[in-house]
Amino acid sequence: MELKLTGYQRADGRFGVRNQVLVLPTVSCVNGVVNRIGREVPEVIFAPHPHGCGRGGRRDMEILFRILSGMILHPNVGGVVLIGLGCEVSNTRRLLPLIEKSGKPIEVFNVQEDGGSLATTRKGVEAARRLLTAISNQPREAMPWDRLLVGLECGGSDAMSGVTANVAMGAVSDLLVEKGATVMFGENTEMIGTAHVLARRAKNAEVAKKIEDMIDRAERTAREVMGDLAGLIISPGNMDGGMSTIAEKSMGCIFKGGTGTIHQVVDYGEVPTEHGLILQDGPGYDGDSMAGLAASGAQVLFFSTGRGTPVGFPAVPVIKVASNSRVYKAMPDDMDVNAGSLVEGRSLSDLRSEMVELMVRVVNGEKTLAEANGMDVFTFMTVNPPF
Amino acid sequence: MKGNLLIIHPRDNVGVALILIGAGEQVSGEGLGGFSALEEIPASHKIALGDIAQGEEIIKYGETVAVAIRPIKKGEWVHTHNLESKRWKR
Repeated sequence: MELKLTGYQRADGRFGVRNQVLVLPTVSCVNGVVNRIGREVPEVIFAPHPHGCGRGGRRDMEILFRILSGMILHPNVGGVVLIGLGCEVSNTRRLLPLIEKSGKPIEVFNVQEDGGSLATTRKGVEAARRLLTAISNQPREAMPWDRLLVGLECGGSDAMSGVTANVAMGAVSDLLVEKGATVMFGENTEMIGTAHVLARRAKNAEVAKKIEDMIDRAERTAREVMGDLAGLIISPGNMDGGMSTIAEKSMGCIFKGGTGTIHQVVDYGEVPTEHGLILQDGPGYDGDSMAGLAASGAQVLFFSTGRGTPVGFPAVPVIKVASNSRVYKAMPDDMDVNAGSLVEGRSLSDLRSEMVELMVRVVNGEKTLAEANGMDVFTFMTVNPPF
Repeated sequence: MKGNLLIIHPRDNVGVALILIGAGEQVSGEGLGGFSALEEIPASHKIALGDIAQGEEIIKYGETVAVAIRPIKKGEWVHTHNLESKRWKR
């Protein structure tokens, strides 16, 4: 199969692998309006979320604005209907300066100024239909491999995740990097015990130091939050599954990124400026992690799972890789690839080819199961409790 | 060829059982000369690919994941009873 990519070129030089109209709330208070617009105009991607206000602190503000603006600027998004309330922290006046150079049509409404929830819904529905028409004639163009950013995630893991699915994803990662693409993964908690391995693979001393600092912080946080339970990061269940140490468990997790040089460590949701393999200083929890990878501009995600999770992400196709044949058969609506086939005698190179070819078809428009079934969930990390 | 063992990285001194391997059963997989399991190896658990000395590092994914706390023979089960973490002592 010829591995040619196509996408929608954006004003900032990035390429989208989808051309979606996104209906996004600034704050959870207006999720109802966003849901109504989504029901009336099923062609849009609508992405309610639980945040936008009620938290203080510099770090939460930074994350809030970076994730919301990252979703609006995302290359898979061709136009945006932004629904605000008016009095929220992440109000549209504060968001607009971050997205003014997007080069894409953005229509903004505020429920407190636009006549209440139903009137704003009507305006949002009309805007969504206008945008669908406005962006519908943009053609797919040839997309260079170096414009592809692939995110990796593992969640609902089992003992085979680090043996089959993540090993296969690692082989895929190495190949994608070789072809010029950028591959990124986060989940800093699941890097604990591997700082020396990852730092040794850093491009230079500065990147190595960032890797060590990130994992040190993740380990300190785990000990602060979990106290005496910190040892449960490697749980009795993990040990029954054959993992013996935290280093072994974490190796099974980071192996999904392959074996390449690490070119950069980016903050949660930050857009990388380097190519090749990139680490993200983000959490392990599936939805939160995917939001960081998406806001960083990942156009497509690989997601390995052993217990099985249906979760997808708005506007970003998620390819589910089952670590065992049992879950692949048990959740046929949700699993795109069966890495458990390695156990049945399939070669790693054969599985890798299937995964890369599937990813190329997905980039070129084929829907993943999570995408086709509308399993997308949008949530993101916060660090402090709500007031 | 259908094998019952996966060697994740060429540097590894342990392989991973893809299915339960019984005591005395031959192990087989890509890039592997056949030998027998000395004891039962549960699925997704590790087996020694050669003799491992006490104090020697256990290599999986091409990296050190633990240290042997007693000599381990080729074909033995490698788990918490014969290794320890280099960092988080239990």
